[in-house]
This record gives sequence, C-alpha cells and structure tokens, in this order.
Amino acid sequence: MDSLIEWAVSIFVIIGGVFALVGSIGLTRLPDFYTRLHGPTKATTLGVGGAIMGSLIYFSWQEHALQLHEVLITLFLFITAPVSAHMLAKAAMHRDLKRMRETRGEPWKQ
Amino acid sequence: MKTFMDRVLPFPSLSLILWLAWLLLNGFSAGHALLGAVLAVVLPLTTRPFWPNVPRVRNLPRMFSFVVVVLYDIVVANVSVAIKVLGPLKSLRPGFVEFPLELDDDFAIALLASTISLTPGTVSADVSLDRTTLLIHALDVDDPAALVAEIKQRYERPLKEIFEC
Repeated sequence: MDSLIEWAVSIFVIIGGVFALVGSIGLTRLPDFYTRLHGPTKATTLGVGGAIMGSLIYFSWQEHALQLHEVLITLFLFITAPVSAHMLAKAAMHRDLKRMRETRGEPWKQ
Repeated sequence: MKTFMDRVLPFPSLSLILWLAWLLLNGFSAGHALLGAVLAVVLPLTTRPFWPNVPRVRNLPRMFSFVVVVLYDIVVANVSVAIKVLGPLKSLRPGFVEFPLELDDDFAIALLASTISLTPGTVSADVSLDRTTLLIHALDVDDPAALVAEIKQRYERPLKEIFEC
C-alpha cells in the first residue's frame, strides 16, 4: 500500500513539474507577447494541478484523514488566472505590441 | 417587503462557499464552524453593493457535467499545447478570432471568458462594449470558424442552459 501511494504521489508531482517546465520553456521560446500569454495558462492549470494532487494524496495518507485545503489553491487560481491574462492581453492591445507576422485577424482598439 | 432570506442571506451559494473555504483553511471544529458561519453571513452583507446581479443556477446537473467537460478539456489541451510549444515554432499559426456571443448576462459572459482562458491554447483578450463579441487569441488555429463552433457547442450552450439567459 505504501509503495502504491508513493508511486501515485511521484507520478502527480512529476506531471506537475513537467507542465510547469513546459510553461516556462514556452515563455522563453514563443516569439511575441500574445503567444507568450499561453505559457502561464498551462503552468497554472496542469502544473499546479499535478503538484496539488500529489500534495493532497501525500498529506491525506500521512495524517490518515482527507486533506482538502489544497483544493482551495486550485479554486483561487481558476478564478484569478484568467482575469490577469485578460488584463495583460487588453493592455498589450492598447499599447499595440508587435505580433508574429503569421498572426491572422486583428486586435481591437476600443 | 424584503424577505428574511434577502436580508440575512442575499447570496446563499456565496455564503456556503465562504463557510466551506473557512473550514478547509482552518480545519473542522465546532468553534471554526461557528466563526465561519458568522463570517459567511457578514461578508456577503457588507460587500453586497459590489456584487452585480448574479444569475441563479437553474440547472445543477448541467453545471456538474460542464465542470467535468472543462476539466477534461484542460488536460487534453494542455498536452496538445505542450507539444506545440516544444515543436517547431515556424508551423504555429496564431490568430485573433472574433466570437459572436449568444449569452446576454455579464456574469455568464465572464464565466465563458474565464473558461476559454483556462483551456490552454486560447486566451480571451477583450469583450466588446456592447457585449456581443468576444475577442479570442489562439496559439495555433487552423480554421477560426471551427474554433468558434467548438467553443459554442462545448462551453457556451451549457452555460446558456445553466443560467437560462
């Protein structure tokens, strides 16, 4: 049983770590501001989600009781992350930042 | 004439969420249950003027299936975007896509915009002042019309059914 829990925790923590890493790689690799916005949205969903699942299983097992307060982190992130991404995108359009040459469609000015 | 509910619990679901959050953060005990209950009543009352008209959830089972669909999509989209980010960037075709809104409630539109931003690969960038169009930035979009159709079918229609607006 112990090793099964350890496996589950390890797998979730590794998944979380990999997605947080890919989010950061996206942040450095992607060419313009708008595409770079997509990096953090990944890190906050699966990256944090994986770490939280690992923590939830580990502490529930250690304390012999279901520990759910990690779930609140996900809840707060899900509420706040889209708002900050939206404000960043709005600010970028307002300042008329450069975008990839291949970008189709036009940003708005309002 | 205001009813008792209006005066003490204007937002029952908000109060319930606050109470559960308090208990989750502080641990379950009788003292915290009482303190949390007091806060769950006082906080919505004192912040009432800041809340816009939040529509009622009319279809609870639909809301749960919506949450499941969104969580599933987040996982699937995460993997596909991760592959795109690590792959050759030259083949990316980012684009701004205009999404015609059918929802006409501010809160429902905000939920739709948040859902679009949470599912990787799309970020909602702006909403028109008359609330009829949402501007979405997509990381890699083949066919903007297909993206709009997918968002309509997967997210907007359920939200319309949940809030009946």
